[in-house]
Amino acid sequence: MAETRRIRVLVAKPGLDGHDRGAKVVARGLRDAGMEVIYTGLRQTPEMIANAALQEDVDCIGLSILSGAHNAIVPDLLAEMRQRHMDDVLVVLGGIVPENDIAPLQKAGIAAVFPPGSRMGEIAEFIRTHVHARPALAP
Amino acid sequence: MAVSTKTDERAAEFTTLSGVPINRLYTREDLPPDFDFQRDVGQPGEAPYVRGIHATGYRGKLWTMRQFSGFATPEETNERYRYLLSQGQTGLSVAFDLPTLMGYDSDDAMSAGEVGKCGVAIDSVEDMERLFQGIRLEDVTTSMTINSPAAAIWAMFLVTAERQGADWKRISGTLQNDILKEYIAQKEYIFPPAPSMRLVVDTIEFGARETPRFNPVSISGYHIREAGSTALQELAFTLRDGMEYVEWTLRRGLAVDEFAPRLSFFFNAHSDFFEEIAKYRAARKIWNTVMTDRYGAKSARSKALRFHTQTAGVSLTAQQPYNNLTRVALQALAAVLGGTQSLHTNSLDEALALPTSEAVTLALRTQQIIAHETGVTNTVDPLGGSYFVEKLTLDMEAGAHDYFRRIDAMGGMVGAIEQGFPQREVADASYRYQQAFERGEKIMVGVNDFVAEEKPLPTLYIDETARELQTAKLNDLRRRRSSAAVKETLHALRTAAEGNTNTMPALLDCARASCTVGEISNTLRDVFGGYTETAIT
Repeated sequence: MAETRRIRVLVAKPGLDGHDRGAKVVARGLRDAGMEVIYTGLRQTPEMIANAALQEDVDCIGLSILSGAHNAIVPDLLAEMRQRHMDDVLVVLGGIVPENDIAPLQKAGIAAVFPPGSRMGEIAEFIRTHVHARPALAP
Repeated sequence: MAVSTKTDERAAEFTTLSGVPINRLYTREDLPPDFDFQRDVGQPGEAPYVRGIHATGYRGKLWTMRQFSGFATPEETNERYRYLLSQGQTGLSVAFDLPTLMGYDSDDAMSAGEVGKCGVAIDSVEDMERLFQGIRLEDVTTSMTINSPAAAIWAMFLVTAERQGADWKRISGTLQNDILKEYIAQKEYIFPPAPSMRLVVDTIEFGARETPRFNPVSISGYHIREAGSTALQELAFTLRDGMEYVEWTLRRGLAVDEFAPRLSFFFNAHSDFFEEIAKYRAARKIWNTVMTDRYGAKSARSKALRFHTQTAGVSLTAQQPYNNLTRVALQALAAVLGGTQSLHTNSLDEALALPTSEAVTLALRTQQIIAHETGVTNTVDPLGGSYFVEKLTLDMEAGAHDYFRRIDAMGGMVGAIEQGFPQREVADASYRYQQAFERGEKIMVGVNDFVAEEKPLPTLYIDETARELQTAKLNDLRRRRSSAAVKETLHALRTAAEGNTNTMPALLDCARASCTVGEISNTLRDVFGGYTETAIT
């Protein structure tokens, strides 16, 4: 049997906000969906998130932002990732994001935005089908 | 005989939003055999206060309609306050932005992208004066949602009142200042638990002497519930937090009746109507019991639990947002039937953004309709004596005492928090609900059932100008103020914090000298250190 590697996800909570219900529920849900999940804890800077993602060799970063700070945080994180040549890491965002901000965020490199009420199955499926193909990735 | 069976019912089990099983019917048989209405429920305005703390209910005075509000700069928020007061709002409630809540100035690197987004940016006493420009603090009650930097922000508020010529003995309002629920749920803490508790006790002690009409703490279940707890967990953890403040303040040397009358509470109003009403009724009964039996309170005012309520933000949906109006109205009705002293009704657009002025007005009108059109205010505790409501109330009470025993065994709430107990309980409950939602056992209309296409709603958009404006004001302030006075008052604050004298007088001097929120918080960070939790997922 070929060596299998589970999808690895870093759930990250940037900014000053402490509302972590969503981040924690998603972390647990992705784990139940068979992924390996690392949760950063609160108040991570873009630099800390990029470093953690590199160190943990993750396939996906899931950001949780509810405070309206996404337009400041996301470009910084993507720049930090580019510096580290992490182009193959999928970045998704969950939280409260005004409709008009979604298209610019997607253009900048966010693969998907999951608003309140998104279902775990939907999030897990998106990650599973969009993580960049790596050798022997499962499930 | 026409006896129906379980198979006639829509589900195998009926449960509350918190997952508590509910019977088909409640009768006298569901209450304990020795249930004594007079003893166990009693009369409104009398111990054990199940039916409310006022004999006249809302026939005497309606609840205070208090919309939590704050965004962008103090100048913009001041306009919103004046508008709300002109529309019949009866109290103010300040929402601070995240940098202020975390003790950072608007121009701090940590504040990037966050200034004025979730509340109003306050950097110094001058911003506080701008916030209340044209509003006499002696004439309106003001609630402030601030926790870790609460003592410093309160000092700025008191200096603002002083500069308006107000008498501290006559101003009234509420400081949230509930650090324990920050560790449990909301997570806006700066310092470790012990020095944080010391700052809370400093404000309680100062308030008992200097501001007899001000509530120095609003012990809050709201955020615990929003983090995903059950109704029982919200009730139990909040009251046990209250007991922790009582115990720490007693250890400071105050007598219980000196400060307990000014402890106030803040609960969530979620969607399960009767469960919520039972929660409020049980809260009053439990507080009466513990204040009397455990802490020996003599004053009725120490035993009568007063509370503010906010409808459940977490129940609002971004999908079909007009449905939120209905949710909020029903939740607000539960709070009123539960006997709340003040109420915030969420706006229909709050799953999307901070509310527009139109949306806030509708939310306020919801309260006015309940108060003036429905007739529910005509009599006190209209649900008292319902077998169902009394049974739910008794179960809430027993469940809370159970939690108290477990938390006592961990050395009290600070010990329980350090062991991650309430955090784990809440995380588990939150995940259980999510699973029930995913399985379709719990329905959110417009989200996992009754889904429809819709047009987007116009929402309030806050750009980055608040940070630029606040930064310009900070630069100007730093040029104008006396740097010698700043240095001197911050030094005195450090000395007070390092020792064991009350920090409030030093904080008031810092405010008068125009020290910033960041300078004050950094001084205290130096003395107390920071805090990072072990995240539980």
